[in-house]
Amino acid sequence: MIGATLVGIATSAIRLATPYLYAAIGEALGQLSGVLNLGVDGIMLMGAFSGFYVTLLTGHPTLGLLAAVGTGGLMGLLMAFVSVTLQAEQGISGIGLYLFGLGLSTLLFGMTVGTVKAVAGFPPTPIPGLSQIPILGEILFSHNPLVYGAFALVPLAWFVLNKTPFGLKLRAAGQNPLAADSLGVNVIRVRYVAVIIGGILSGIAGASLSIALLNVFQQNMTNGMGFIAVALVYFGGWRPLGVLAGAMLFSTVNAIQVWLQVQGVDIPSDFALMMPYVITILVLASMARRRIHVPAALNKPFERGGE
Amino acid sequence: MRGIVKRFPGVVANDHVDFEVRSGEIHALLGENGAGKSTLMKILYGMYRPDAGEILIDGERVRFRSPLDAIRRGIGMVHQHFMLVEPFTVAENVALGLPSSRRFVNDLDRVAARIRELAELYGFKVDPGAYIWQLSVGEQQRVEILKVLYRGASVLILDEPTAVLTPQEVEGLFRTLRRMKEEGHAIVFISHKLKEVLSISDRITVLRGGRVVGTIPAADATREELARMMVGREVVFRLERPEVEPGEVMLEIRDLWAMGDRGVPALRGVDLEVRAGEIVGLAGVSGNGQRELAEVIVGLRRPTRGRVQIGGTDVTGWPPAELIKLGLSYIPEERMRDGGVPEFSVEDNLVLKDHPFRPFSRGIFLNFPEIARYAERLIGDFDIRTPSRRTPLKSLSGGNIQKLILARELSRSPKVLIAAQPTRGLDVSATEYVRRRILEQRERGTATLLISDDLDEILSLSDRIAVIYEGRIMGVVRTEEADIEELGLMMAGAKSA
Repeated sequence: MIGATLVGIATSAIRLATPYLYAAIGEALGQLSGVLNLGVDGIMLMGAFSGFYVTLLTGHPTLGLLAAVGTGGLMGLLMAFVSVTLQAEQGISGIGLYLFGLGLSTLLFGMTVGTVKAVAGFPPTPIPGLSQIPILGEILFSHNPLVYGAFALVPLAWFVLNKTPFGLKLRAAGQNPLAADSLGVNVIRVRYVAVIIGGILSGIAGASLSIALLNVFQQNMTNGMGFIAVALVYFGGWRPLGVLAGAMLFSTVNAIQVWLQVQGVDIPSDFALMMPYVITILVLASMARRRIHVPAALNKPFERGGE
Repeated sequence: MRGIVKRFPGVVANDHVDFEVRSGEIHALLGENGAGKSTLMKILYGMYRPDAGEILIDGERVRFRSPLDAIRRGIGMVHQHFMLVEPFTVAENVALGLPSSRRFVNDLDRVAARIRELAELYGFKVDPGAYIWQLSVGEQQRVEILKVLYRGASVLILDEPTAVLTPQEVEGLFRTLRRMKEEGHAIVFISHKLKEVLSISDRITVLRGGRVVGTIPAADATREELARMMVGREVVFRLERPEVEPGEVMLEIRDLWAMGDRGVPALRGVDLEVRAGEIVGLAGVSGNGQRELAEVIVGLRRPTRGRVQIGGTDVTGWPPAELIKLGLSYIPEERMRDGGVPEFSVEDNLVLKDHPFRPFSRGIFLNFPEIARYAERLIGDFDIRTPSRRTPLKSLSGGNIQKLILARELSRSPKVLIAAQPTRGLDVSATEYVRRRILEQRERGTATLLISDDLDEILSLSDRIAVIYEGRIMGVVRTEEADIEELGLMMAGAKSA
């Protein structure tokens, strides 16, 4: 009995980590290149809506995913234009982008669908062989494709950041853009690419909710997940593995919270819902004094001197 | 480079400048701050675009839109402020921006091997796997040079490369440069230090006010002649230092410990005393506790152990306001950050310290007529070039800001003066002025602690020289007995004999 409960919580923790992983890894890329994008939540909402709506129209979640990728990329492009080219204050323009995404996704949903409707999202796709392993098979290998994608993203991001010339340029743009520029690195382009990829991943994060995990769309369905993703980037010290650890901690607390509610344990539901956020704040506060390599040029627009 | 013109709002930084450098030559570019040296070289390196004029390489006309274009044509630059990514390794810094031999995967192992080869060839040591923040300033500079060599540069521009080095490190750098010259590189050496320029270069071009004053072979040049070309008038190198009998100990520091900003001790038991009418020079490579020592003395940093006495009073841990009343004056290292309020007017900055006292205030009101009279007097006495006393501080030149700080600090007849890097970044004329004023103060019986990275400055002003290394005083010598080799060794951490 206890065993089944633990497996259930672990399985749902893996599922719940999915949107956080996409969004936080995407945000980490942008921040490492020097751009703080607080609009993640807005991009997620737009990704969630576009993925949901295209899936609803066509019946193909893959097309929905492509729509979310496109929408996320466009939102990332918008953020890059405002913060890199126009050099607007990043924190403020990110909040603007969030409100824009929140408002537009609500409006479009109201105009097109209006009521709660379910779609047939990505079905669970157990991995042949691996899913037969007792316990681990159920926890790790019986999910839908977007869940696998989220976890595959962690080593992929690590590899790109640490083992490729592009990763080197990206981190240099966030640490010392002047130095990177003096070596002929196109800082503006690197930041554009990083922020657009971040937008695409946030779009997928939103779609993972609407066409893979919950298979519905609702107004403001992310409930601030995008902001948690930003916090996870700090928590993870700008490292993919750190982000993974943070996402798992957060989703595990969340899974326990859901289980407690389902069990009808007598705690106020608002309190249970609050728990993951309280834990995030506590963990972040406890780590505030830890020495990590914050991207030194985070939040600083790049401009060559004297021009 | 022919007929180069570059204008910035309000100034012509380069006014029809002609400049050339040949392979196998070290060509020095000499001039005061604002003479246009760095601007000219930034144009050559593609960082700025000239308003007029042309650049020719091997006789072929080129146009650079960015540093990348310049790098492709074999031009490399070592910047005054290093362009290194601190959390990266040496190899990562060198490889940054270059295509990898494995296309989509880094080839840092191959980069490291090539770095070792180059280091071998030019005779210096470097660990490709070390992180930049672990390296000394001299080593970091070598990484900068490596970056340029790695890219196969045939023309190497060095912008004030010796400003941050110890005498021994300068020698090491010069050996490397001579080696590079033998290999057929063309080297441009930007500096305002006459001695170095004379010892390293083959030819010297002097810039003044954005124009070329002349180009002469180093073998025919003298220090006096170059200074005249730079400044436009005769410069006195020997400053008058009349005998002053030192009086009582005015500043006494015993076993002083303090934390640096990074949470490790920056001062580890400093003992030092300065007498009335005496200048004690604190020499050392920057970052060895000089800044922290000054901040502890003036009350801006709390010591963790030890004692500071001014005129026999224990003032350890006193707030700055009390120390100011006691007669302590301070010329801070970061003059724009700690020396004044950039947005405030010249007159407000002049009474920044004394405005709560008579005659500048009466009760809760400021006495504006008196402040204005006082400001006008100081502007005249200290020759502060400003459009008016109401002009904001930030629109003054560096030299005039320093004159303003001197005016405020010295006109209070200080008992103890802490002067941190008082001539850093100033041109020859302003430097001469500041040094003269500090010497004047000595004759009036002020006890002065002079903190400077410039060993020549310390040698020409101080009565005694203390050398600081990693938060400890390595030795104190009388200036007339000082040996520059020995000072250099102490600056690098060797105990005095």
